[in-house]
Amino acid sequence: MFPTPLEKTSRSWQISYQVLLPIALIIWLLPLIAVANFSIKPESDFVNGNYWGLPGSFEALNNYGKVFFESNMPRYLWNSLWITIPTVIGAVALSCMAGFALGIYKFKSNLPIFFMFIAGNFVPFQILMVPVRDMTVSLNLYDTNLGLVLFHIAFQTGFCTLFMRNFIRALPFPLIEAARVEGISEWRIFLYVVLPLMKPALAALSVLIFTFIWNDYFWAVVLTQGPDAQPVTAGITEFNSQFRAAYHLMSAGSIVAALPPVLMFFLMQKHFIAGLTLGAVK
Amino acid sequence: MSVTPAVPSTHASEPQRGWYKRNEIAITPWLFLAPAILFFAVYVIIPIGQSFWISFHEWDGLGEKTWVGTANYERLLGWGDQNMDRKFETSFWNNIKWLVLYLLAIPAGLFIALFLNQTVTGIRFYKSMFFFPFVISQVVVGLVFSWFYLPREGLLNAILGFFGAGPVNILGDPTLATYGIIAAGLWPQTAYCMILYLTGLNAVDPEQVEAARLDGAKGWKMLWYVILPQLKPATFIAFVVTIIGALRSFDLISVMTNGGPFGSTRVLSFYMFEESLSEFGFRMGYGAAIAVVLFFIMLGFITYFLYSMYRDEKGAR
Repeated sequence: MFPTPLEKTSRSWQISYQVLLPIALIIWLLPLIAVANFSIKPESDFVNGNYWGLPGSFEALNNYGKVFFESNMPRYLWNSLWITIPTVIGAVALSCMAGFALGIYKFKSNLPIFFMFIAGNFVPFQILMVPVRDMTVSLNLYDTNLGLVLFHIAFQTGFCTLFMRNFIRALPFPLIEAARVEGISEWRIFLYVVLPLMKPALAALSVLIFTFIWNDYFWAVVLTQGPDAQPVTAGITEFNSQFRAAYHLMSAGSIVAALPPVLMFFLMQKHFIAGLTLGAVK
Repeated sequence: MSVTPAVPSTHASEPQRGWYKRNEIAITPWLFLAPAILFFAVYVIIPIGQSFWISFHEWDGLGEKTWVGTANYERLLGWGDQNMDRKFETSFWNNIKWLVLYLLAIPAGLFIALFLNQTVTGIRFYKSMFFFPFVISQVVVGLVFSWFYLPREGLLNAILGFFGAGPVNILGDPTLATYGIIAAGLWPQTAYCMILYLTGLNAVDPEQVEAARLDGAKGWKMLWYVILPQLKPATFIAFVVTIIGALRSFDLISVMTNGGPFGSTRVLSFYMFEESLSEFGFRMGYGAAIAVVLFFIMLGFITYFLYSMYRDEKGAR
């Protein structure tokens, strides 16, 4: 293990490490702690210039209540949900199948297609922006959740296929051969042999895509406008202009907007990290 | 599961093996690939071509496109007797700054990973809290940092004041603003690199480390000659995601400064958006030309990434 395990180091370093750890964490999260502190402060604190001290009174319920009951925030959250969940289902479904095809079968254009998916995943969004927006408008899907969902499914399929294909590649191939010898048809092999083995990959991808899509801002701005279809990342700017300079409300709003992926991360931590670090170990 | 494509029912044709059954292994992959390829082609591959086409036109996004040849590129890059577009120049150099400084996330991530790679009680909690910034959307990171930087209310100036340094208005100063945004971007990116290295360190071969230790290697030498070579896959991924992340920077700039002050924080991706979809007008053709230039910058890196992956693929056979 590297660096040297703590048990084998000097007593003084062991103590300093235990002291350093929480200090480092507080410094690391300082901007966030400041915002969390903002979000539970009363308005009077900002008037009196008590910006970073302890809150004058505890106003969390009040501030967060305003976010939920006196703004469009719930509507934006609802939109985000209706953009994120269909995208997760669609992208995972498409990439399961594509990953199966690329991971199991040998055919000439296998690698070129695989590399097309990877390369497409890396292109700058801006080169897609004008045509995709134009197409969405002409399909009458501008400013709808569906318009965003379709694009997100398509784009995320690139990354998801890379993920799924590599995962399926690592499955024991003799299993599939055995099933073939038994005379099981190919799509049944997919359904009953491969798919059940892919559960960890499905879980990892779902949480990752959930986070990516929830946090998307660029496409939300390009393909939607106004509270009818805008997700929370784009809505937060409108929210902030509604409560201009009311830092206690703006910070409460931001925390609400950031929360769902955070919950997802803490609930599914193992899968989340397994997904992100795929390929970091040979 | 309702995810299977419309595959003809096959189990009924047992007595006489039908055409599908005989060619099943050749056809199945294409049936499975069809939906993904269709979506990807319509929304990713074809639009790339369309953007190239649009970049040779003048177009407001609604009316007819007017063919202008390479005029957009001439104006942008200053070919012939024109000067290079000043905004483009600023954006390009800011992109370079982003690229170079964003790479700091890799050593910083490695450093934190080494710091946290211990087995004391509660270390799992620390690891996930250090990783936490990556999960938050860039929009919120941008807001958090712009409040952190506020000249009067911000915590940064409170801390600087404590050490006797004068208040700085980072986002209001054209020479500092870009660096302030990059610092905000480094926060989640470092967290990402950290988690990559933590996973990598977990898989480092303990026997090699012990052997090196017996040979008297320690500290920097151990890190450089024994540990880092084993972390190569993690470094590669950290490199890929950091480069892509640097060139994709848009959210932070849009939220923190909206390109200002005086256009000093624009990058190509932001400038492109501004030209084609903001109150400054709908110049889609010019915007597409900027996107094409950005695409070619990215293409250099993409080719390198794909080449490395291709080599690994070949090696794995």
